[in-house]
Amino acid sequence: MATPGHRSGTGSQPNRLDRGGLIDRSRTIRFTFDGKTYTGHPGDTLASALLANGVVLTGRSFKYHRPRGILSAGSEEPNALVELRDGARREPNTKATMAELFDGLSATSQNRWPSLEFDVMSINSLLSPVFVAGFYYKTFMWPSALWEKLYEPMIRRAAGLGRASDDADPDTYDKATAFADVLVIGAGSAGLMAALSAARTGARVILVDENAALGGRAIDDAAEIDGKPAADWVRSVETELSQAKNVRILRRTTAFGAYDGGTYGAVERVSDHLPKAAEGAPRQRLWRLVAKQTVLASGATERPIVFGGNDRPGVMLAGAVRTYLNRFGVAPGQRAVVFTNNDYGATTVTALKRAGVDVVALVDSRPELSEQVKRIAGEAGTKLISGGVVTGAVGKKRVTGVTIQTRTDDEIKLECDLVAVSGGWNPNIQLTTHQGSRPVWNDTLHCFLPGVLPHGMSLAGAVAGDLALHKALAGGATAGASAATSTGRQATPTAVPKAAEESEAITPLWRVKNPNGKAFVDQQNDVTASDVELAEREGFRAVEHLKRYTTLGMATDQGRTANVNALAIMAEITGRSIPETGITVARPPYTPVALGALAGHHREKNFKPTRLPPSYRWAKEQGAVFVETGLWLRPAYFPRPGEKDWLETVKREVTTVRSAVGICDVSTLGKVDLQGADAAAFLDKIYMNGLKTLGIGKARYGGMLREDGIFLDDGTVARFGENHYFITTTTANAVKAVQHMEYCHQWLFPEMDVQIVSATEQWAQYAVAGPKSRELLQKVVDPEFDITDAGFNYLQVGEITVCGGIKARLYRLSFSGERAYEIGVPARYGDALIRRLMEAGQEFGACAYGTEALGVMRIEKGHISGPELNGTTTPRDVGLGGMVSSKKDFIGHVLGKRPGLTDPDRPTLVGFRPVDRQARLRSGAHFIARDAVPSASTDEGYMTSVAFSPSNGHWVGLGFLKRGPDRIGEIVRAYDPVRGGDTLVEVVSPVFVDPEGVRVRG
Amino acid sequence: MRIACPYCGERSLDEFLYSGDATVKRPDFASPTATEEFVSYVYERTNPPGMHRELWYHAAGCHAWLVVTRGVATHQITSVEAAREVALKEKSATKDTK
Ligand SMILES: [Zn+2]
Repeated sequence: MATPGHRSGTGSQPNRLDRGGLIDRSRTIRFTFDGKTYTGHPGDTLASALLANGVVLTGRSFKYHRPRGILSAGSEEPNALVELRDGARREPNTKATMAELFDGLSATSQNRWPSLEFDVMSINSLLSPVFVAGFYYKTFMWPSALWEKLYEPMIRRAAGLGRASDDADPDTYDKATAFADVLVIGAGSAGLMAALSAARTGARVILVDENAALGGRAIDDAAEIDGKPAADWVRSVETELSQAKNVRILRRTTAFGAYDGGTYGAVERVSDHLPKAAEGAPRQRLWRLVAKQTVLASGATERPIVFGGNDRPGVMLAGAVRTYLNRFGVAPGQRAVVFTNNDYGATTVTALKRAGVDVVALVDSRPELSEQVKRIAGEAGTKLISGGVVTGAVGKKRVTGVTIQTRTDDEIKLECDLVAVSGGWNPNIQLTTHQGSRPVWNDTLHCFLPGVLPHGMSLAGAVAGDLALHKALAGGATAGASAATSTGRQATPTAVPKAAEESEAITPLWRVKNPNGKAFVDQQNDVTASDVELAEREGFRAVEHLKRYTTLGMATDQGRTANVNALAIMAEITGRSIPETGITVARPPYTPVALGALAGHHREKNFKPTRLPPSYRWAKEQGAVFVETGLWLRPAYFPRPGEKDWLETVKREVTTVRSAVGICDVSTLGKVDLQGADAAAFLDKIYMNGLKTLGIGKARYGGMLREDGIFLDDGTVARFGENHYFITTTTANAVKAVQHMEYCHQWLFPEMDVQIVSATEQWAQYAVAGPKSRELLQKVVDPEFDITDAGFNYLQVGEITVCGGIKARLYRLSFSGERAYEIGVPARYGDALIRRLMEAGQEFGACAYGTEALGVMRIEKGHISGPELNGTTTPRDVGLGGMVSSKKDFIGHVLGKRPGLTDPDRPTLVGFRPVDRQARLRSGAHFIARDAVPSASTDEGYMTSVAFSPSNGHWVGLGFLKRGPDRIGEIVRAYDPVRGGDTLVEVVSPVFVDPEGVRVRG
Repeated sequence: MRIACPYCGERSLDEFLYSGDATVKRPDFASPTATEEFVSYVYERTNPPGMHRELWYHAAGCHAWLVVTRGVATHQITSVEAAREVALKEKSATKDTK
């Protein structure tokens, strides 16, 4: 990198230096800020380009609407937040310091009205007494009615950050997983050395860095490595790593969370630096990185010293000043004051001088100064004020000067337009605390260092307390090699490049005692040093209380430039040490992550998979109306031309089934193949009713309970061989029932010889129901199989062939109450079979029917389904108590007999019909006695399922009513205040069609 | 968190379902105090810090039920065993002592 030179001073980008920086000066790009057009270069951030153009005022603050500028050069930025892009892509609260410049970028300042230069709400500054710590709790407590109408709308208008777009996000987001032997987080000098020495062992290495360019502070400080500019060294390492097949470099990728088992969350900003994502490319990619070993080389964040007016545009962290000078070739000011408490901060004087910036004074709060600091001031010819402090920055929309209190308490005023401040550095320990580890205060370095590290993590560089470049390089080499060694690789030492020895000497100073003006601790949330004092006076001394009372550290920057200073100020006021006062522990994410990235492709129709039943294509051709049932898309009904609404269609489908024949796809039912010598004994354990007597070639109802005696699921059990059963479950519980069976087999009854396989997707299954069903089936079932009632009666099952040799299974089951069959074929024949069945059915007047008609017919027959098996009901409740075996041990046996579950007062299944036969019933209505006052204490149960019954010509319902079966004939109220329903209903048998059950047998 | 399924190898947490305490044993339904024993078996749990033996199900994998020994504060996993193997071993041990 060339040495920075003097700025051109004229034309566009007046603060751009003639030379230096990693920007591409051969290209000029245009961008707009608040509608005004500026220019910059590739390699700029929005912040560096604004500074190059002399723009220092970038926004207004959260509460007081004070003018704010750019404080930092990284992701810790609390102030320079903008709305980036327009329209649907508008993104609020974007850090100007992290937004890479591209041609056509448009940004808007936030939190100002009507304009950034003139903001009406800055009157809040005068109202500041009401905005002090705890103002949320105090000011707006009384009268409470005013809160909704006055306070909240006022606060929302006055305070707050950017506006999110109201439009749907037009971009796509990706998710990916990658595995590494060694994950290196941070590509500064330590991270690069760690990656290099790990990569040279052959270990699989992933290197991530949140910036576009690698190199970190070595480049920001224009350091020398091996006698050459750091940029040259970075380039050579980058080349070697890029060419190594075992290394993946993820740029613009923030590792935001550390999770158990060496898992890290990271977000890669794939296209945020482009005007628009390339065709087919995501905007961002969410990475799940799984590493055997992790080297955390996340660096450190400079902290400010809190003084009056420290939020004025032009007050900047010293390290950021060096970044703008060295990395971007921009002078953030023309007359600077450097204010520091440490040797590293003092080096800013040299950097400024080299760029031709006038340094008015070096104010170092330490009375005794090192030779290095004296030499820096001497070489630069800068006034050195040791033992002094900057008490205030004056000016309005930009700093125009500072007031300084000397060691002898004299006040000096100096004119300047830039204050570079350094209070020391806080290691970026956030990822080490995500799993609950507590950081440890270090009394030499005056910062928190990581405590117990997550399993597999090691540290390198500034995060380990090695701020100086020469230490970071050496620490990185060691950490990378030993991480690779722990994964079983052989490491030969990587030579550590040479760098000058740097001093890390510091004497802490957190704030100046008598600030000249408001002194801000948390700039993003407008929390001042006096707010911390007030919190202390009012008893909010614990760090968690301080945080909530003042909102300190709770903004989008998570207080990265605020928390430690606040803690130290509280420690100072209360006379305790910093570790006694509290510690700062972070939760993920390290920086904000877009919800779009977390969702990835799982949005809208892709939120969950869609399962299509085998007849889907055919049903679609027929114009079926579909309904989502769980993941399945099932035909709800099949409208025909001339039918005016769904009810007419459903009536026709039901009538066709009851008078002729109908066909319904029931493939979505869960199907389980169960085999083994102990299959029968196993079924006896998982079903409440006896199944031992079930003969080969027969099917029977099976009710499955939870161990607490409540219904889990039900279905049919068919026996095809001595040791071979085939079970169906409900559609909704198919997955849960298999899980339960596997649990019972593997954990409760491991000695049983059983194999369980889900076969839901393997079989296409159709219900063929109605008086003509057998005649229809005769047309497709191969003639050698006798399916007459003599050969194939109710509840019989068999393996047959259809359509000339296709293997199939036939079950004589009925859900509709009519003579009915279910026929199953391998799923690949499902489409062919529905077409063949419908063709064969033409002469019988067959129709297809969907879930609506299916539901109507099961309600007419009083069969229970999902609404009755709702997770609170027992076999007794649904009228199947008599079926429960009292002899055998089965899941749910013992607890099902508890008094609460056998209480005769429990609501029990019965049928209902409206007294006024024209009235409509609604499920969800509660039953109360005719003359009772509706209340929880008079509640006697609820309606679960209703349908208009074409067979009865009026609405019918199923529901649970206290002692229901004893109250047949009684009139009760079906009370439905939510939908305004209040209907008199008659308690009847739940079977509305063919109560004798003769039709199923033909 | 990552769980090393004995059949599938180390897999991410989202393939698994947690399903409770692996130390409780299903009581004998014929015991004279069966109701009390089942109530305790189904409902009563202590939740001490430290290592727990837990049942997990490899739902998005091989469907094996697993006994996972895990520190509930640290998420450290010290062993993962096939539940059926564990159950068989425990049953034969009970038989031997009888
Ligand atoms: Zn598995």
